Amino acid sequence: MMSPEVRAARSAKFARRNAVNQLATGLALSAMAFGLIWLFWILWETIHLGVGGLTLSTLTEMTPGPNEDGGLLNAIYGSLMMVGLATFVGTPVGVMAGIYLAEYDRKSWFANVTRFVNDILLSAPSIVIGLFVYSIAVHPFHTFSAVAGVLALSLIVIPVVIRTTENMLQLVPEGLREAAYALGTPKWKVILSITLKAARTGVITGILLAVARISGETAPLLFTALSNQFWTSSLTQPMASLPVTIFKFAMSPYENWQKLAWAGVFLITLAVLGLNIMARVLTRAK
Amino acid sequence: MQPVTSSADMYGRIAANPAPAPMSSPNTVKRTRSNPLIDRAFGVLAKFAAIVTLALLIAILGSLTISAWPAISKYGLGFLVRADWDPVQEQFGGLAMIYGTLATSVIALLIAVPVSFGIALFLTELSPAWLKRPLGTAIELLAAIPSIVYGMWGLLVFGPVLATYVQQPLQAALGSIPVLGGLVSGPPVGIGILSAGIILAIMIIPFISAVMRDVFEVTPAMLKESAYGLGSTTWEVVYKVVLPYTKTGVIGGIMLGLGRAIGETMAVTFVIGNFNQLETLSLFQSANSITSALANEFAEAGEGLHQASLMYLGLVLFFITFVILSLSKLLLARLRKAEGAKS
Repeated sequence: MMSPEVRAARSAKFARRNAVNQLATGLALSAMAFGLIWLFWILWETIHLGVGGLTLSTLTEMTPGPNEDGGLLNAIYGSLMMVGLATFVGTPVGVMAGIYLAEYDRKSWFANVTRFVNDILLSAPSIVIGLFVYSIAVHPFHTFSAVAGVLALSLIVIPVVIRTTENMLQLVPEGLREAAYALGTPKWKVILSITLKAARTGVITGILLAVARISGETAPLLFTALSNQFWTSSLTQPMASLPVTIFKFAMSPYENWQKLAWAGVFLITLAVLGLNIMARVLTRAK
Repeated sequence: MQPVTSSADMYGRIAANPAPAPMSSPNTVKRTRSNPLIDRAFGVLAKFAAIVTLALLIAILGSLTISAWPAISKYGLGFLVRADWDPVQEQFGGLAMIYGTLATSVIALLIAVPVSFGIALFLTELSPAWLKRPLGTAIELLAAIPSIVYGMWGLLVFGPVLATYVQQPLQAALGSIPVLGGLVSGPPVGIGILSAGIILAIMIIPFISAVMRDVFEVTPAMLKESAYGLGSTTWEVVYKVVLPYTKTGVIGGIMLGLGRAIGETMAVTFVIGNFNQLETLSLFQSANSITSALANEFAEAGEGLHQASLMYLGLVLFFITFVILSLSKLLLARLRKAEGAKS
């Protein structure tokens, strides 16, 4: 039926389309590989160099001066302290605002604006949060303090928790709420003991992700909690934290500081990836 | 929905029925009466938390503007195009930092957009089902790695590799050519705009590819199947059906990545070199970005014009990211709306 020229032209076109397709597929495959290579390279160096710098004294001694022996104890303590307090402060606000958006006000302009602003805050540069807290909590009191660090970190917790709480509450079937209301349950009780309970795993996942996020945050602590070479448990004084100590040590020319920085990087990566994986396992188990 | 009144109605109707009289003992009645107060308090508390979020944005903008005021009133918008930054002479201008921020972000996008597109294409169209989840998770873990880890790795591991295997060959090949040679000049330590851009690219790939994957997945299967049925190849389906359908979402995802890249601090601070200069635009010369200037100088800056100028830079940074993220959000919302209208 077809003349040979037409057939030849068609098969040439088909061959060309096929070649383009294969090229695209191959490029997609290499893009995937490209992404994975970085992940494994970074993780490998972190483990390889981090475990090398890790000794018992890393966990039991204070941060040293240049070319002295020491560990990261005060930085680890400061990080745990500030991350813990920030989660403690930020979570209730985030959960309540999430409840408001999911249970009280899904559609009004106020809810939409809040949602919009929250998404902006979620991706806003964390260093700007640091500047903000500096001008409201450091500058007026003329001293860097752990309280300011806690405040900065909790401002990062809030948007993360709001977002996940709202999303998780919206997944709760409407029937559950209606059944509870039909029994005459007041709204606050429906929320606390029915919907929030049903969405529990999801909300906890959100909190874990928020903790993971602030555990690695450095920028908002640089001019709020600053750093401290010595042990302090006072919240009104500058407090060391793992990320800021790593920053200071890694940029230094001293070999022992760099070693400690790698050990710290290893500890942080371990904690953050651990929290992330825990959050994933929690959501998958559901 | 008015659940409280409806339950009260229901209660009223039951009470009106003479039969279950013993059920409504005084005790229960009392408890239902005290409820509205807790109920209202809880509602007010929830609303208050939402207001706090809104107030936060206004407070950030307000306090940054107040703190930056000395610099704003002295330089006005001219601050953005002044290149000198001299704390000793009290002369400040943000051009070098703004250039650094934009240049690193553009390099990051040039690398991250095609790679993310490839990853999304692979995950939605090519990957076998059992590999989708682990591979998707692996890419998402890139976003979980703290930026300080990227920074330290970039400075001590990646920088030297880049210098040895990319910079030196480039200098050997292009060094004597006038313009191109200038672009690759600099000490061979792997610090500067290019390494910052590459590291930013790695950091934003997970964000862009996650959005792209999500929007590719909302393309109706019917559309794709029709194209496959007409004999399209995978590439043709993605390029001519999926991509046009999800265009707004893809652009939204890229904007999101750009917002992230512009605001990223620690990774850039480690590898960019932290040196205010515009004399050479070499990719391998130390430079500065808004975020790295803030991270390095702010804690030591004397009160007064220096600090105010840094605050001004912070305000500019917040404003840029605000605009970009808003655009990204609007584009993604538009796609969602279109999707809702069609299905």
